[in-house]
Amino acid sequence: MLKMKDVCKIYRTDTVETHALRGFSLAVEDGEFVSVTGPSGSGKTTFLNIAGLLEELTSGVYELDGRDISALNDKERSRVRNEKIGFIFQSFNLIPELNVFDNVDVPLRYRGFDAKERERRIMSCLERVGLASRPKHFPAQLSGGQQQRVAIARALAGEPRFLLADEPTGNLDTHMADSVLDLLKEINEAGTTIIMVTHELTLADRANRNLFVRDGEIHDEPPELHLAAAATA
Amino acid sequence: MLRYYLKLGILSIRANWALSALMVAAIAIGIGACMTIVTVRHVMADNPIDHKNEQLFHVQLDNWNPNDPYEEPNEPPEQVTYLDATALLEAGRAHRQVISFKSDRVVQPEGDGVLPFQEVVRATSADFFAMFDVPFRYGAGWDAAADRAGEKVTVLSTPMHEQLFGGEDSTGRMLMMNNEPFRVVGVLDDWHPVPTFYDLNNNPYQGPEAIYTPFSLAVTGEWGSSGNNSCWKPPEDGGYEGYLASECIWIQMWVELPTRADKEAYAQFLDDYVMEQKQLGRFPRDLNNRLSTPEEWMVNREVVDDTVSVLLALSVLFLVVCLLNTIGLLLARVIRRRSDISLRRALGASKAALFRQYIVEAGLIGVAGGLAGIGMTWLGLRGIENVFADYDFIQYLVTMDWQMVGLAVLLAIVSALGAALYPIWRACSVSPASTLRIQ
Ligand SMILES: Nc1ncnc2c1ncn2[C@@H]1O[C@H](COP(=O)(O)OP(=O)(O)OP(=O)(O)O)[C@@H](O)[C@H]1O
Ligand SMILES: [Mg+2]
Repeated sequence: MLKMKDVCKIYRTDTVETHALRGFSLAVEDGEFVSVTGPSGSGKTTFLNIAGLLEELTSGVYELDGRDISALNDKERSRVRNEKIGFIFQSFNLIPELNVFDNVDVPLRYRGFDAKERERRIMSCLERVGLASRPKHFPAQLSGGQQQRVAIARALAGEPRFLLADEPTGNLDTHMADSVLDLLKEINEAGTTIIMVTHELTLADRANRNLFVRDGEIHDEPPELHLAAAATA
Repeated sequence: MLRYYLKLGILSIRANWALSALMVAAIAIGIGACMTIVTVRHVMADNPIDHKNEQLFHVQLDNWNPNDPYEEPNEPPEQVTYLDATALLEAGRAHRQVISFKSDRVVQPEGDGVLPFQEVVRATSADFFAMFDVPFRYGAGWDAAADRAGEKVTVLSTPMHEQLFGGEDSTGRMLMMNNEPFRVVGVLDDWHPVPTFYDLNNNPYQGPEAIYTPFSLAVTGEWGSSGNNSCWKPPEDGGYEGYLASECIWIQMWVELPTRADKEAYAQFLDDYVMEQKQLGRFPRDLNNRLSTPEEWMVNREVVDDTVSVLLALSVLFLVVCLLNTIGLLLARVIRRRSDISLRRALGASKAALFRQYIVEAGLIGVAGGLAGIGMTWLGLRGIENVFADYDFIQYLVTMDWQMVGLAVLLAIVSALGAALYPIWRACSVSPASTLRIQ
């Protein structure tokens, strides 16, 4: 379970202070599929970065599985990222020099599994995303939808408890976006908690719970308001 | 993990082959410049008789001008007089003793139409070959009795032997020098002490002499020295006899003293000898005898001259410039790889893991730079060889031994790792958050 209380994130540059998150409080239970929507610049990515231990928070408390993460050092944070969290990015972020197999292998290498265990996990994840037949392909030889599936396989390979996705369908056409979302639903039903940032309300609606971020604050939108917003979109 | 890092390193070098090639070239050129000079210096400073360094001693006695040391501040002369050399040889108080000097002779080869030529000959007492571990291909040197009797015998180097007699064993053959016949008693095997530690006067890099004859024979034949010769006062009598009886120094003397006790006893013997000579009105200066090991003697005579040290400093500077260049190239690479770095961080790589990955990559570049640097060094040495082609023995100065090859690779790896530290530190501090921001 993921719990934030009064989390603030302030970016300071020489001239400006940006309050990207202001008093962010929420709790995500195990097994939930949460969508996060909100206008550009509202703080969605910042929230995911903090949830995924990619960035430190300025103030507040963040607990992951009951553990206060602010006390962890770099090595421990890296370990938590590696074991508990899987990331899916808008632009896939595959490593171009590595083939599909080796891309999925990356998080497993930092986990220290032996070669047999890694291969087993990689092949089973590729199976799950429907790419078991192309382990030797390079990212440039795949379609956008296939690349995002590889990225999902990579996120799943470590069998994380949480999957954090920032606009996972942002670079895909509607058809591909739908199929990626089907895959995420499937993964969620198998037990992985998912937090997904998206612009598209139709996709957000497929989550169990919708959160709305505005000006660095988080809101559990009343359903009517949400539907109204969907209608105008 | 090392294999994984090696694989990533090779992939990354391949993916950025142009930048990598530039880095390897920068390191190779720096290493080449540095190692060329280091190699020359290494050979110059080499002690060819290292294995007997603790047993061999160069002898100096201070018979010089009472008002003026041989060299400031109070250096005894670097050679000894005929009087002292022969007296000490005769006394025979060391395990072995050698007195020698070099002289010019005219060699008259057999056969019609072969022209005579001038050659440097070393006139030496019998122990020379045993004392300096000189290897023989055929025959042997002469003994003390032959030396005393002034027998007309000679020992040749292999090249001289081949030039004069072809390949066969030439012991027993006769060699004419200045119209006198010498019987060949020995032929040396390959022997190239660089520098010629036993006589550091003039150019110690010209290599050893090609012809050796007994010392006493040379003196009875009134051969002049073609090496250094200094006098602080003119000989009292004229002619060769007067010269032999003078205070002029022109003979190199070495003794072999196997133990520390032997050395102490011999030093005492020298002091006693000089005190005795003072009774006869010689040695007007205070007691100032010296026994130096080959290594001490080479340092004392500054066989590695200052030019080489200045060149070495310049070449190290040049290497540093090449490394600064490498640092720039590595920083450029870090910037290009920011997204890769932050992605790996997001997927669970700790800073330490990234550090190891990039250190391995830098090591690979270092190894490549080192190997290419050996090539560059080879080219540099060939360049030096061409510039100094007139010097016969330049080939021995410009050879790389395994020690130098190893040093080149080691220096390259250390350089590459050193150059990589700052860029890697920058790489490790790329925020993992930028993965989501750089879209
Ligand atoms: N590294 C940073 N330094 C300074 N300000 C930043 C930094 N990262 C984000 N911000 C600011 O924080 C605010 C929130 O940014 P964030 O990326 O979280 O928005 P977002 O909701 O993800 O927007 P979008 O929908 O466009 O992706 C913005 O005003 C942004 O300019
Ligand atoms: Mg965003």
